[in-house]
Amino acid sequence: MESSRLSRHSTRDPRLGLLERAGLAGMDGWLAFSALGLIACSLFTLYEASGENIAGAPEQYVQRQALYGLVGIIGMIAVSRIDYSRFRELRVGIYTFLCASIFAVFTFGVAARGSTNSLELPFFTFQPAELGKLLLILALAGFVIDGAKRGSEAGRSFRYLALGLVPTGLVLLQDLGTSLVFGAITIAIMVAAGVRWSHLAVIGVALTGFIAVVLVVMPAAGVPVLKEYQQERLTSFLSPSSDIGDAGYQQNQAKVGIGAGGTTGRGDQATQSRFGFVPERHTDFIFAVVAERYGFVGAALVLSLFALLFWRALRLMTLSKNFYGTLVAAGIAAAVIFQVFVNVGMNLGIMPITGIPLPLMSYGGSAIIATFLMIGVLQSIHIESHAAQRSPWID
Amino acid sequence: MRFEPVVPRPKAKRTPVSRRFVVIGAAGLILLGILFFRLWSLQVVTGDRYLAEANQNRTREIRVPAPRGSILDSEGHVLVDNRMSMAMQLDPIELPEKPIERRDLFARVGKVLDRSPEWVGKKVREEIHENPPGSPITVAQDVSDDIVYYLQEHQSEFPEVQVNRIFVRKYPQGLLGAHVLGSVGEVTAEDLEANPDKDLAAGDTLGKTGIEQTYDDELRGAPGLTRLQVDSTGRIVSQLPSTLPDPGDSVRLSIDQDVQQAGETSLQSIGLPGAFVAMDVNSGQVLGLGSNPTFDPAIFTKPLTQKQVDDLYDEDLGAPLFDRAIGGQYPVGSIFKPITALAGLDGGFITPSTVVNDAGTITIADQEFDNAGKQAHGPVDLRRSLEVSSDVYYYLLGADMNGTRQLQDWAGNFGLGRATGIDIPGESEGLVPTPKWLNQAHREEPDYYDPWVIGQNIQFAIGQGYFQASPLQMAVAYSALGNGGNVMKPKLYQQTEDAAGRVKEEAEPEVVSTIPLDPAYRQDIMDGLHDAAQAPDGTSYQVFGGFPVKVAGKTGTAERQPKADQAWYAVLAPYEDPEIAVVVTVEEGGFGADTAAPVALQIMQAYFDKQAKPVSGGGGSVE
Repeated sequence: MESSRLSRHSTRDPRLGLLERAGLAGMDGWLAFSALGLIACSLFTLYEASGENIAGAPEQYVQRQALYGLVGIIGMIAVSRIDYSRFRELRVGIYTFLCASIFAVFTFGVAARGSTNSLELPFFTFQPAELGKLLLILALAGFVIDGAKRGSEAGRSFRYLALGLVPTGLVLLQDLGTSLVFGAITIAIMVAAGVRWSHLAVIGVALTGFIAVVLVVMPAAGVPVLKEYQQERLTSFLSPSSDIGDAGYQQNQAKVGIGAGGTTGRGDQATQSRFGFVPERHTDFIFAVVAERYGFVGAALVLSLFALLFWRALRLMTLSKNFYGTLVAAGIAAAVIFQVFVNVGMNLGIMPITGIPLPLMSYGGSAIIATFLMIGVLQSIHIESHAAQRSPWID
Repeated sequence: MRFEPVVPRPKAKRTPVSRRFVVIGAAGLILLGILFFRLWSLQVVTGDRYLAEANQNRTREIRVPAPRGSILDSEGHVLVDNRMSMAMQLDPIELPEKPIERRDLFARVGKVLDRSPEWVGKKVREEIHENPPGSPITVAQDVSDDIVYYLQEHQSEFPEVQVNRIFVRKYPQGLLGAHVLGSVGEVTAEDLEANPDKDLAAGDTLGKTGIEQTYDDELRGAPGLTRLQVDSTGRIVSQLPSTLPDPGDSVRLSIDQDVQQAGETSLQSIGLPGAFVAMDVNSGQVLGLGSNPTFDPAIFTKPLTQKQVDDLYDEDLGAPLFDRAIGGQYPVGSIFKPITALAGLDGGFITPSTVVNDAGTITIADQEFDNAGKQAHGPVDLRRSLEVSSDVYYYLLGADMNGTRQLQDWAGNFGLGRATGIDIPGESEGLVPTPKWLNQAHREEPDYYDPWVIGQNIQFAIGQGYFQASPLQMAVAYSALGNGGNVMKPKLYQQTEDAAGRVKEEAEPEVVSTIPLDPAYRQDIMDGLHDAAQAPDGTSYQVFGGFPVKVAGKTGTAERQPKADQAWYAVLAPYEDPEIAVVVTVEEGGFGADTAAPVALQIMQAYFDKQAKPVSGGGGSVE
């Protein structure tokens, strides 16, 4: 018992194999496979399709994405070796850092693609909100555990919601899409935490009402909450074939590209993505590129890898050695699947344009690294569950 | 709890989690299911439609105009071909919508052309108004090389502007054959609607009048299609398989450049409105056809000013655009007499030897009818009646045939009163007056028309009264007389040749109808006409007396109140076996022998390449 408990913390044990020495022992192979498969798909697609994006530097996106992937994988391994339960102890610090980093964007932020959501760091433009998704999960799950026995049920529901909504609100002021992910994370953790359905129903109604007010009532009353282009982005998917140049046109072009891909794809004949009809082909609309180039076969493969990832994350909810791990796994599973749905839905013309990247696929360092760190936390849950099975008193 | 065996874990703690696990799992599964289904429906179910849309998206098709075929004369001289012109055009798609941006564009373009922004704006509006939607907007044609180079060097400053090579019609012979050749113009919306089966598109050039219109299908050729791959900004990425333009075929006309030149020049030298037609009597091929005053066909290659348009139609200037040879409707005077004579002979009203004592004037039904100048010709038979052009002889004949349809039928036999069917648009039908027609007209408009009286037939007998015909119709009639009775369909078209000069199609002579012409009677008429032209007493002896080829010709002097008399001349040559018929008319030209016959002589000299010797004396008869 003792030895197996030590096994994951000591690499000097002569009985350990190579994987275990590298810190890979006890990892969920399928989970790792899905994440590595997705980043591989991303690199392959960028290699094949983004050559014409930057004149004179056809490899730039691939090289950088590969670097981000590498950093992410190292980060994933590193995080997986930390007992995630430690994060629960650091919840207040994490939460403070989360809010502070998002807040820092207001002061020091730089604009990119229409919204100010990044911090200019040496060598790197960092988007705090990307890492913030993980931080919110780790902190909020911790707060839930804290309050599990305190106060009335309604009070607890309200507290979780409030704790989730503070960073969500802060992000909303910078980037609508990311704030939606924050909201989804909050809801998912509350669901996993066992908050009463009736409370969730009230939140759902309130949310619907809020959206209606922001999108319909306030503009109708002459008080536009969103900027015109934001409003247009959100509603254009409802009437996709509008004029050339507006958001609906671009989204429609992506849809046309995806449809044109057919069953097996168009390869280098993928004119929609090659000739710029599909916008943001290396970031938000990379799925459209995959779908046009490699057809239903390629696009379904990518979706299947996400399904695998989602399934493995869900599975960890039940395997987790403690409830904190269950909540964290729920948050990560929800964050990933929500982003996939919103992004791919946007590509397919059934969701509004929100600027949410496709996890592990869209080009972008912050998102890639942050997502790998999430996978790392999941791996930690997996490793810990194995360890816990062997040393039950740890829980 | 710490010391319990944990596998499986205590149920009490697992229950809510596993239930919530199912909820989150189901939610994710539903979302993924939606994506899969949507993906499948887009790609597998409706993929073909989107593929078509994507393909349409990225290709731009540019029609490359085909050079239009040339128009040649019978010897192969070029009457019309093409020259290249650099046209400064605006892409209608690129035209900004905002008035301020438009004004800015017009100002920039105007600066290059050294024109005001208003001028450019007006031009653009006119072009958009006149041409079908999507046509390139031609701001200026024949742009100088300097401007072309400037625009090429500064292309980035003028993304809306294109300099395109366009084909423009060129007329190496100047004004020659202007009325025959016709003009071309840009396709209009009406053209597109009227010709759904032709491969026409906005910006194409179409024959609008004359030969250009009739043989447009031969001349136009097929435009090429350059298919370009473009990116989302419209930038050209690559060229896709394209088709080259197929140049139009050349059309060779039966027009003889020398004949045409002779007719036009001599008519112009008279300085009065008039027309001529020269025809091959056996084939119906038109050797020359012209109308004076004429115009420069090249003016239609550029946008016309209002003044130019007004001048083309201005009656005071003789309405130069009007083709008198086919569209003019005139009384023809004495050149009609052979038809009257044949009608009389056929109906038994006269014989070739019937003699009438011509006292210079005659009174029929209380009305006096005079010869020209009341000149008395004494006893005249048929042949003499033509030689000296006795009106009295024909007044009596007309009077005798009144109450029958004999004269009207014979006018009809010679193709009068109906269109000849010549292969250029714009001909008139003329008018063969009948009692039925005039009485009907009188009932409808009593103020303008009196009922039919014998005097109408008498006037008709000498080509006067309500009778009207075009020079072309008279040429067809004389051709029928010359060839023994075949009314031919006149044709300018001789053959179609491809770019390499190979003949693709040839004109076939077309007989419209055949006149039951007694060869003996015909010979009597021909003899009379020969005397008229080349016997010392003949009306046109002064003109044709010294011409080395024997001809049969008739002068005509038609009264056209309130205008001065209109001169006519109709001639067949050679007299023994006619090849060519020439009809000339000169409005207000006075006696036929004075103005019309000299023009006909010039044409004959050009045709036979033989000069007439001057003759003196003779010419006892005037008209």
